[in-house]
Amino acid sequence: MTAQDKTIAERRPPKGIGPMQRREMRLAYLMLAPTFLIILAIVAGPLLANFWISFKPVQLADLRPPSVLVNERMRGNPESAGDAATLEYRMRNSSQDKEIRDVVLRDTLPDGFDVTSVPEVCSLQGASITCDIGTVPPKWRERLRFEGTVTAAYLAADRPERASIPEVSGDADNVLTNLDFTFDNFVRIFDTDEFWSVLRVTFYYTIFGTAGALVLGLFAAQLLNTTFKGRGFLRGLFLFPYVSPVIAVAFTWVVLFDPFSGTLNALLTKMGVVADPINFFGQRAVEFSFFGIPMEFPLALSTVIAFEAWRYFPLSFLFILARMQSLNTDIYEAAEMDGATPLQQFWYLSLPQLMGILSVLFLLRFIWTFNKFDDIFLLTGGNAGTRTLTVDVYEQGFALSNLGAGAAVAVVIFVVLVTFATLFLHFSPKEEGL
Amino acid sequence: MRPGSILLIAITGLIWGVTAMVVIGVTLTLITGEVALPQATAAGLAGLIAALALVWRQTADIKGMPAWVLSAVVLTLVLLLGTFAAPFTLPLSNVPFWQLAGLLAFVASVTAANRVSLNGATLGSMSRYEREVIYIRIFKGIGFVVFTIIVALPFYVMVMTSLKSQQALLANPLDLSIDLSQGFDGLFRSYVELFTQFNFGRYLMVSAIVSVGTVILTLLFSVPGAYAVSRLRFPGQALLSRSVLLNYMVPAIVLVLPLYAVFSQLGLRNTLTGLLIVYPATTIPVALYMLQGYFRGLPSELEEAGLMDGLSRLGVIMKITLPLSLPALASVSLYVFMIAWNEFLFAFMFLDDPDIFTLSRGVVSLNSSEVPRQHLMAGAVIATVPVLFIFLWFERFLVQGLTAGSVKG
Repeated sequence: MTAQDKTIAERRPPKGIGPMQRREMRLAYLMLAPTFLIILAIVAGPLLANFWISFKPVQLADLRPPSVLVNERMRGNPESAGDAATLEYRMRNSSQDKEIRDVVLRDTLPDGFDVTSVPEVCSLQGASITCDIGTVPPKWRERLRFEGTVTAAYLAADRPERASIPEVSGDADNVLTNLDFTFDNFVRIFDTDEFWSVLRVTFYYTIFGTAGALVLGLFAAQLLNTTFKGRGFLRGLFLFPYVSPVIAVAFTWVVLFDPFSGTLNALLTKMGVVADPINFFGQRAVEFSFFGIPMEFPLALSTVIAFEAWRYFPLSFLFILARMQSLNTDIYEAAEMDGATPLQQFWYLSLPQLMGILSVLFLLRFIWTFNKFDDIFLLTGGNAGTRTLTVDVYEQGFALSNLGAGAAVAVVIFVVLVTFATLFLHFSPKEEGL
Repeated sequence: MRPGSILLIAITGLIWGVTAMVVIGVTLTLITGEVALPQATAAGLAGLIAALALVWRQTADIKGMPAWVLSAVVLTLVLLLGTFAAPFTLPLSNVPFWQLAGLLAFVASVTAANRVSLNGATLGSMSRYEREVIYIRIFKGIGFVVFTIIVALPFYVMVMTSLKSQQALLANPLDLSIDLSQGFDGLFRSYVELFTQFNFGRYLMVSAIVSVGTVILTLLFSVPGAYAVSRLRFPGQALLSRSVLLNYMVPAIVLVLPLYAVFSQLGLRNTLTGLLIVYPATTIPVALYMLQGYFRGLPSELEEAGLMDGLSRLGVIMKITLPLSLPALASVSLYVFMIAWNEFLFAFMFLDDPDIFTLSRGVVSLNSSEVPRQHLMAGAVIATVPVLFIFLWFERFLVQGLTAGSVKG
């Protein structure tokens, strides 16, 4: 080994992280820190909090912590200096079932009020009052009276007791932060038959809503895949349902499908298509018989699914169109030469090439449709057999005021979602990145 | 002459006749408010005979008038005969102008549709290829009609309902015409009332403030983040950028419940500050993802040159990267603005005080039995118009944003 070889052998790339790289690393973490903090606080934190709340017996009303309410007033109606008067604090526990510990009241005496007797729990230092009341039981009420006389300064001022607002401090059990756990929420939601029908409705809605949006999108993309006059206009128009606020389009559908004053029902009845107006968003099921077998058609759910497909087809339309325009046209020319018919070209050439984007779209739309709350809530409020899991969270947590049960449903949603995501990531094609 | 070809041509004509008659009849009803019962059977028959006449004339080697003229004449005659000269079952004295326009539209559209879709058809034998071309033309034609109607009809109903008065709506829900006789004030009465009595001017302003605030906060957070992910090397880069994407999957309703609990205790619930914390948190991941894709596409040599010339990293971002990525910034901003403007759930759950309602929240408060329907629709129009305006104006950027981010839930 010559000397030269030796120096080359020693010149290996440096191990570990050099100072420059460390500086770059620190800069990168610094730049990402705000994003991660806000996401931790608003997304990851609440997700964990959700698990916590789902094991707690917490009602909507518990969010307002119990406190001592106090009302200060002067009694005795003094008219001249030296008259007797009473400074009275009326206090009560706002909670019907929780005690409050270490209650302390602090206030300042009004100007020109000479105290002659002080309640025994209170002490007076100069003009400041401190009353150490201790633990108060639920529904507790009490009055504290300071007797005294007024001076001219009191009479000159306009209600000087208003000058300082009494402060009350105290500790109460906060049901959100104590260590009181229960399985009641889960027992409650799993015990009802309704929950299983909610689960079923959720899957119908998710599967058919997703499939509907994809099929409509595929169809619309086929329409606009040729160049013609007004294509740009139509493409813009087709995106309207997706970019408009959900609130506007949902209420428009409600108005359009209204059984009494809706345009569609008026059209159907006046033209003699149906005898009576159809309550599209309010009727759970239409019964009909199919070869003598009685069957039910879930009307409200189908209308909601139609809305979902209508509102979200533009997204799949946009993606499929973009993918189709990037397809190589050579193979179509070759197929044309070989005498393949248009439908054969679509089936054997276009569709296989679109499979990647279609499966990615299916994945995304499936998850988002599963997560959807606004649409159903605005259209039906979850009535008439359209209550999905997400609407159930609202129903349990806010309509029935049982936050714990709502959080329990949210946990179910999260578990189902994680299962889906794992399955999808396992089976989805890898090459099509979004 | 092949029976199969004749059947195909006849069915084509039938489909166009029926489709055109139903669409035009319903349109006529909605425009005039008179119930026009479209005579679909007669129209189908007329379309059928016209299609056969068209193809026969196209293929027969006869001089004289062009095939489409003959077809149009046949179509008109059969339709008028088949419906006893009342194609919309309205007496001719009733809205004669609109009826005539409807008839002309019917003849024109059916003839044009037949001509386009039967171009190259013969009464003799046709190959599978030729037949499939005709199927696809029919399919596409119906697709255009159906898609345009299902997309445009709700928006048309929304705008027209908002321009009506309560009495007119109750008297005839089918009449979606513009009643000019009530004058400008009458026409826009709902809008005027929304702005004067329902405080919609304020909601509009609050919505604008919240949306613009969200855009600014989102950019402030996501630009450095996206730059770090796309340009700087650090351990955990791939993991971090991927975990940001996981945010897409978290349902808002799962977040709303704990946030409601926590924000209530912190006193943030019924405030715009609360919204301005939550909205950026939901849009930052999207923005970061879109921007880092764009930053990666920029040539890094430019930035390295800047670094060599003595700029700091911050200087490079401010003076080189950001000016180069203005189009991406524009589409991210518009996209985030749209998300924030359209947001409903958090606004609905958090805001109780009518003074700080966003537009979405304000429109929900109109959805009660005491507020007439045209007010609700006028509210919907007010909420939609700014978004649609922005969309149409900046469509190129927005479509880019929609495909790049693809995330709106």
